[in-house]
Amino acid sequence: MLKASLTAIVPILLALGCMGILLAVLGREPFTFYADMFQRGLFEWEGFQESIIRSAPLLLIAAGLIVAFRANLWNLGGDGQFLLGAALTAGFAPSLLDSLGVWPMLIATTLIAALIGAAWTIIPAVLRGRYGVNEIVTTLMMSFIGIGVANVLVKGPFRTDVAGVARTDVVPFDERFPLLFGTRIHLGFVIGVVAILAVHLLMTRTSLGLRLRILGASPRAALHAGLNPVRLTVIAFMLSGAMIGLSGAVEILGVQGSFRADFDPAYGLLVIPLVFLARLNAIGSLVLVIVFSVIQIGGESAAREAEITSDVLLVLVGLILVFMAVIEYFRVNRGLGTAFVPPEVADRIRPPGGDSPSGSGPAIGTGEVMPR
Amino acid sequence: MSPEAQTAAAGPLLELRGITKSFPGVLANDRVDLDLRAGEVHALLGENGAGKSTLISILSGMYQPDAGEIRFEGRPVEIDSPRAAIELGIGTVYQHLTLVPTLSVLENLMLGSHGGRGKLDFTAAGERFEQLAGLLALSFSPSARTGALALGQQQQVEIMKALWRRGSRVLILDEPTSMLTPQGYEELRRELEHLKADGLSLVLITHKLHEAIELGDRVTVLRAGRKVGSLAPSELQGRSESELSARIVEMMFGEQAAELAGAVEVEGPAVTRKPTGGALGEVALELRGIALEGDPDAVGLNNLTLELRAGEILGIAGVDGNGQRELAEVIAGQRRPSAGEVRLFGEDLVRLGVREREGRGLRYVTDDRLGEGVVGDLDIALNAVLKRIGSAPFWRHGAERRDEIDRFAEDLVDRFDVRTPDVRTRIATLSGGNVQKLLLAREFAGEPRVVVFNKPTHGLDVRTAEFVRERIREAAAAGLAALVISTEIEELVGLCNRIAVMSRGEITGEVENTAGAEERIGSLMVSRTGGGS
Amino acid sequence: MVAAVPLLFASLGELVSEQAGVLNVGLEGYMLFGAFLAFVVAYNTGSEMLGMLAGIVAGAGGAAIMALLCVRMNLDQIVVGIAIILLAEGATSLLHDAAYAESRPSLDAPSELAIPLLKEIPILGESLFTQNVIVYAGIALAFAVGWMLHRSSAGLSVRAAGERPEALDAAGVSVVATRVWATLFAGGLAGLGGAYLAIVSAGSFTPFITQGSGFIAIVIAMLSRGRTSWTIVGSVLFGLSLSIATALQLIGVEIQTDYVQMLPFIVVIVVLVLFARRSYLPSALALPYVRGEK
Repeated sequence: MLKASLTAIVPILLALGCMGILLAVLGREPFTFYADMFQRGLFEWEGFQESIIRSAPLLLIAAGLIVAFRANLWNLGGDGQFLLGAALTAGFAPSLLDSLGVWPMLIATTLIAALIGAAWTIIPAVLRGRYGVNEIVTTLMMSFIGIGVANVLVKGPFRTDVAGVARTDVVPFDERFPLLFGTRIHLGFVIGVVAILAVHLLMTRTSLGLRLRILGASPRAALHAGLNPVRLTVIAFMLSGAMIGLSGAVEILGVQGSFRADFDPAYGLLVIPLVFLARLNAIGSLVLVIVFSVIQIGGESAAREAEITSDVLLVLVGLILVFMAVIEYFRVNRGLGTAFVPPEVADRIRPPGGDSPSGSGPAIGTGEVMPR
Repeated sequence: MSPEAQTAAAGPLLELRGITKSFPGVLANDRVDLDLRAGEVHALLGENGAGKSTLISILSGMYQPDAGEIRFEGRPVEIDSPRAAIELGIGTVYQHLTLVPTLSVLENLMLGSHGGRGKLDFTAAGERFEQLAGLLALSFSPSARTGALALGQQQQVEIMKALWRRGSRVLILDEPTSMLTPQGYEELRRELEHLKADGLSLVLITHKLHEAIELGDRVTVLRAGRKVGSLAPSELQGRSESELSARIVEMMFGEQAAELAGAVEVEGPAVTRKPTGGALGEVALELRGIALEGDPDAVGLNNLTLELRAGEILGIAGVDGNGQRELAEVIAGQRRPSAGEVRLFGEDLVRLGVREREGRGLRYVTDDRLGEGVVGDLDIALNAVLKRIGSAPFWRHGAERRDEIDRFAEDLVDRFDVRTPDVRTRIATLSGGNVQKLLLAREFAGEPRVVVFNKPTHGLDVRTAEFVRERIREAAAAGLAALVISTEIEELVGLCNRIAVMSRGEITGEVENTAGAEERIGSLMVSRTGGGS
Repeated sequence: MVAAVPLLFASLGELVSEQAGVLNVGLEGYMLFGAFLAFVVAYNTGSEMLGMLAGIVAGAGGAAIMALLCVRMNLDQIVVGIAIILLAEGATSLLHDAAYAESRPSLDAPSELAIPLLKEIPILGESLFTQNVIVYAGIALAFAVGWMLHRSSAGLSVRAAGERPEALDAAGVSVVATRVWATLFAGGLAGLGGAYLAIVSAGSFTPFITQGSGFIAIVIAMLSRGRTSWTIVGSVLFGLSLSIATALQLIGVEIQTDYVQMLPFIVVIVVLVLFARRSYLPSALALPYVRGEK
């Protein structure tokens, strides 16, 4: 447990260090930058609340990604699922609000968002489950289509009558997610935390979770144990899509209040390194997402102060991934020993303490994709 | 000059001295010596795991020996990569084909020539193809897609590839006849004669006795990594096949050899002991006319028919890779046959999946323990209930009941003597023997009626192997119908009522376990045509 | 048409790389690196050619990361690919912002080369056959790559590396070296595509200028099934659908850009659904090769 935390922290520290150097090269003060970042993101009450608010949709996305990645299914369509969920929420909310009132609207829109997210994964899921079609490509394609559809909807049927930039009707502040205990943190955060916990329980304590883990760890063992890979693939994908779609609703009902055309924070891609860093563990992801949110909120502010684009944080996330992969390499390779064994003698050897060659899901270092 | 005189005159072309190679946990080659002479076929004989593949992998540059030396024409050499081996003129025809199926024959042959640079010279390659085609009786064109050729033809391409570079001196063939038809075998024999006459030194790896004697001019026998004997040409000529067989069997299984190898003891009493059979019960498992198309590079099943009664132990003998795994998977429900039926106590299983068959008392103990039988990263307890996910009492409404699972696992661990600190340890840390015991325990739990065992004692130490066999005997005595797949004839004879022999996806014959069964089985295994017992 | 060119370069490179067994998820990143450095060099030196060269170098540089981490160290290709995209997006945006935020420079109009006779063809001739030199080079390149893959020893090694690396190793050719070259090749060409985008197509660099072209290129490469003629067709089709909005406007039809932008992706999905059973990819794609491992 301690070792796992360390292996998670080290890449972050290395990445921060690297970025510090980059900042210095560009003529900015790294220490001031970091001081600003943590000041705003963590130590200031205002800023900290912002961080928590930012983490809400990210938590849901993380939960969704974990379900899929644990089953060795690469759901890279997060952006599309998120935006569709957001667009539909923003589109339906105003009219539902008028006809049904606040709480029914909140419940209905979150359901709609989850449903569209799930629906958006069906095609990639079936193509992958039944025909072995590479889901990286299909989920990415669906994602781009989803982004387009979201924009079309917002610029078209969902568009507000109010003149100006294309967007949906704004849901009044009082009718969005309620706030907690006098803070500015909204219900969405609770939903996010609940989702993470639910996924944790699902993966560690339920039969479905175990089945998904087996599918991801050893498709052959899954077959031998009598599991149905097609059914499981679809279930995993739909659960994943549902949660990510829901995150879109959280973003609208918690923060934005409306969907502005061409809105695309690309959360789907950003959360991926975080869940990997947490080794696909839900609780670990919870911690890392919050840490990342702090960095992001603080970083955006620090970037403004340093007169630098906030895209600098993309570099940070990329570096984290790289360092994480490299560290994983050293971790795995110390246990290297049986990779070079000829098959005829493999059985006569004690099973290795490390991974078996049949793959261990999207964990770094084995590089295996599910066999077709 | 006659071949014998020729070889006698020249010294060895390639000498291996004291070659030793080990991998984590196992000594694959233990101080092996080998002499290869030009114009001679040197047969390297040994069963699976004896170290043959490792030895030739060293010769072909895939691995480097930990100790020992190699001399080529008297000079010490180091073969540190496949490229180096090719430079020396050593060509290897591997057991698992190393051809690219999507490329044409000619493209496969040209792979790697010119060190991977430059334009492809199709004309020159075409000429070389014609040259070599004369040596081997080829029936396909150089532009054929390699993946579409029959296995025997692909093997011919492999041989051509090994000889492609001019100046080949040594040709190594790893189990070349494992997938050949009788005609293919004859063709291979002719090809070997041609190649010998051309002055090549040939190394033939095989585990088939009769092949070593028939095709080899010189035979070296390996067992558990060591060389346990050899027969020079003078000893091979003029003796009958049965005489030579006996001598080799003695080398491999005899008292002397056993002491040298120090591994498996011949089970004296076990060989003659047969299961205490009561009367056999009704027909538990029936297969009729099963046909299955195999995976690429693997054998399928062809018109397979079997019957197994309650209380009976039926053995399936045969060389690995002749369809045994496919047979087991069809019975278990992991594969669907394209024709034929599988009946469990009369019930047609065609629509039933793996779980449903288990529910009806049919279990399968796989030979691929780590790849298929268990999930390495999970703990022992979860692996113990791997095939019962979602069922009570281990799961209630989808939620895991850890205490029930642990209790169940502890019981299994206890009864089957699985050595582990506790049931929560990751199963990948267990030794092969303990994993196997757990698998057995798992499949025996819940009172199965029919169990298929695929190589249940493979890779286990003597005590554990006997433990496994005892459990099988016990269960059969209590009414279980057991199908035991094994490559070890002696084991089957010590265990089974009847033994069927599989070859190339078919049952070539069945043998009652009476005196002399081993020989009958052996001859069925290596026979070129099928045949009765 | 113009939109097709970056796609053509990137997908040609990716085609070779995939044939060798390397999936460059980070292709988008290579293009961004290439676009940015090409712009900087072209702007500062005034030379288009140097800019293009710089693009190749930058793209190859990005691919070098992939080559080191994935081919050499056997790390997961997909994770590293995502990392490269993030790094590229972030770094190029950052550097652009740092250097040009205020100035917002752009390049002069790119040079064009007209093919004498063909230019005279009515209606299409003028626009189709008056292109920057690079475009003609690109088409020639497509044929060159096709030739290379099927008629040269190197191409043969590439195809073996992706389909059955054990065979290549047994034939005495280094699988790792082959894959590294293929990856760098993909990077260089993708960088060139990005360079074209910045220098010729847009005339300047803006962050995220590639807009998903990298992913489209990956798909084109996959759909090409190893034949470069399909790569050309695919690039043209997708390029058309990307720029069809402006084309339609010329004819007088008004369609929202969003619909049009989705079109290529929809086409891909439809194609995949219809042809799901045929496998397009080399068997050893995205799997690291370790000698001796089955």
